Amino acid sequence: MTRSVLESPVGEKPVLDKPVLERPDLDSPALLDVESITRLYGPGKGCEAIDFRLHAGEVLGIVGESGSGKSTLLRILAGLEAPDAGRVTYYPLDRSLSDHSREGELDLYGIGDARRRALLRLEWGLVHQNPRDGLRMGVSAGANIGERLMALGDRHYGQLRAAGCDWMRQVELDAERIDDAPQTFSGGMQQRLQIARTLVTRPRLVFMDEPTGGLDVSVQARLLDMLRTLVRQLGLSVVLVTHDLAVARLLSHRLLVMRQGRVVEAGLTDQILDDPQHAYSQLLVSSVLTP
Amino acid sequence: MKALLTIEKLHKDFVLHGQGGIAIKVMHDLSLELHRGECLVLAGRSGIGKSTLLKMLHGNYLAERGSIRIHFDDGLLELTDLPTHAWHRVRRDVVGYVSQFLRVVPRVSAREVVMEPLLARGAYAQDARQRAETLLARLNLPERLWSLPPGTFSGGEQQRVNIAEGFIGEHPLLLLDEPTASLDATNRDVVVEMISEAKARGCALLGICHDEDVRSRVADRLLPLDEHLMARTSSQETF
Ligand SMILES: Nc1ncnc2c1ncn2[C@@H]1O[C@H](COP(=O)(O)OP(=O)(O)OP(=O)(O)O)[C@@H](O)[C@H]1O
Ligand SMILES: Nc1ncnc2c1ncn2[C@@H]1O[C@H](COP(=O)(O)OP(=O)(O)OP(=O)(O)O)[C@@H](O)[C@H]1O
Ligand SMILES: [Mg+2]
Ligand SMILES: [Mg+2]
Repeated sequence: MTRSVLESPVGEKPVLDKPVLERPDLDSPALLDVESITRLYGPGKGCEAIDFRLHAGEVLGIVGESGSGKSTLLRILAGLEAPDAGRVTYYPLDRSLSDHSREGELDLYGIGDARRRALLRLEWGLVHQNPRDGLRMGVSAGANIGERLMALGDRHYGQLRAAGCDWMRQVELDAERIDDAPQTFSGGMQQRLQIARTLVTRPRLVFMDEPTGGLDVSVQARLLDMLRTLVRQLGLSVVLVTHDLAVARLLSHRLLVMRQGRVVEAGLTDQILDDPQHAYSQLLVSSVLTP
Repeated sequence: MKALLTIEKLHKDFVLHGQGGIAIKVMHDLSLELHRGECLVLAGRSGIGKSTLLKMLHGNYLAERGSIRIHFDDGLLELTDLPTHAWHRVRRDVVGYVSQFLRVVPRVSAREVVMEPLLARGAYAQDARQRAETLLARLNLPERLWSLPPGTFSGGEQQRVNIAEGFIGEHPLLLLDEPTASLDATNRDVVVEMISEAKARGCALLGICHDEDVRSRVADRLLPLDEHLMARTSSQETF
């Protein structure tokens, strides 16, 4: 239906055949709920009263100065270290992982070690700051990539090797070197191998602690580009710890700013970086050149 | 007809904690309305707060007080109290933004920059690529530049990549911060055409544009922002 110009109120222009404009659906499913998490090694050391929700497909960056508790929080979220208080709830894809009492959810520290390990194997991935902590340095690159697939029951040698080659290419490593051990790789190559090893099982949720730390700038740029692409292609959700605001700007949708164990500000990445509200966030942002 | 966008009594101070907590008061009680198919151009001296307003509409700057509403056929959305994660969706589907300068991402080619908004909606790479190339060609960006990262491009070339990225998503609300500032006459004409086409499909545009010629060709209304409050409502000068 179109209206004639004469019918329209003064000052308005009729738009012919205007399509219906629908309100977008803003709900996206929660993946992780973090409630009142506290783990203190001393006053202001560790993390305290942390609350947030991670949504499917989101990349959440955690920034803050050295010692502010970023890695402590990440370890707790990834199931590696129990908090003193609070609760981490995960909503697994595999329903058999969920709690008996509540279908579709899982209390991370209410379940036993074995189930937490299963979760890390089945639905999660973890990228350590130091690739040595995430790789087996003595076995071949191919075996490093294949290992997580084997843990999921994949035993076909040809397929494991093909996946190894494929992922080496995805992270821009020379597939010819599939039989070399990571100890013969450079730091940047090791970091890319660690990422390949983590992502080969297509985890839903990945935890990363300073994935580009200690790498030279050109390697960093390449790694960041690769991570951005993989996040898009695999639909990953990521919790990313970094002290580098430029990295946070490039990779994360949303930021938490931590200081002395507490979250002092949370919001959209570009809002935090361009219009920080808290005195500490302003200091953090102003102390680097245009993040 | 209901407006697509209504802003009421919007307020913005920047508090600089590092400088003894001084407050830069930029905006108080700004109100305006914007309809579908309409282009409203903000005017006012440098530093008055034009870009700040666009950034608040895009969630880049925080709006502490006042209301920013988008009216859909089936309900409204208040942007000032939107949860953070909801902004991802609003930016993807509702509010588009052409910033004054392109933010360059290392290793990402011009073509990919332009494809991004469609890929984010789950479009096929093939289709996104085709639309991106059509736009880049229309904006006369030499084809040899398409597969290069725009980091080394000239100001005008970067700006055209930026414009293509902003227009490709055909958002219902489009914010334009000086889109033609660094363009030559031919490319300015292309942008004027693109704005007219956007209006024709019902897009509402809010822009900043110093160029008199472009302004008179695209603006349906002008909103002068002044020192006292930046608070005149939207029914001023009409072309
Ligand atoms: N296992 C531990 N025992 C005692 N203190 C610890 C332990 N782990 C961390 N801390 C202390 O808790 C605080 C937070 O450490 P954390 O490693 O979380 O900081 P961070 O934000 O990751 O810093 P960085 O950016 O330097 O990696 C520090 O003061 C640290 O010394
Ligand atoms: N992130 C920020 N932090 C602090 N102050 C800011 C910030 N952004 C803008 N301002 C201040 O707000 C005021 C309005 O700036 P804005 O960029 O909106 O001006 P403008 O009208 O777009 O000017 P121009 O025509 O020069 O682009 C200025 O005084 C500016 O210094
Ligand atoms: Mg750390
Ligand atoms: Mg401006």
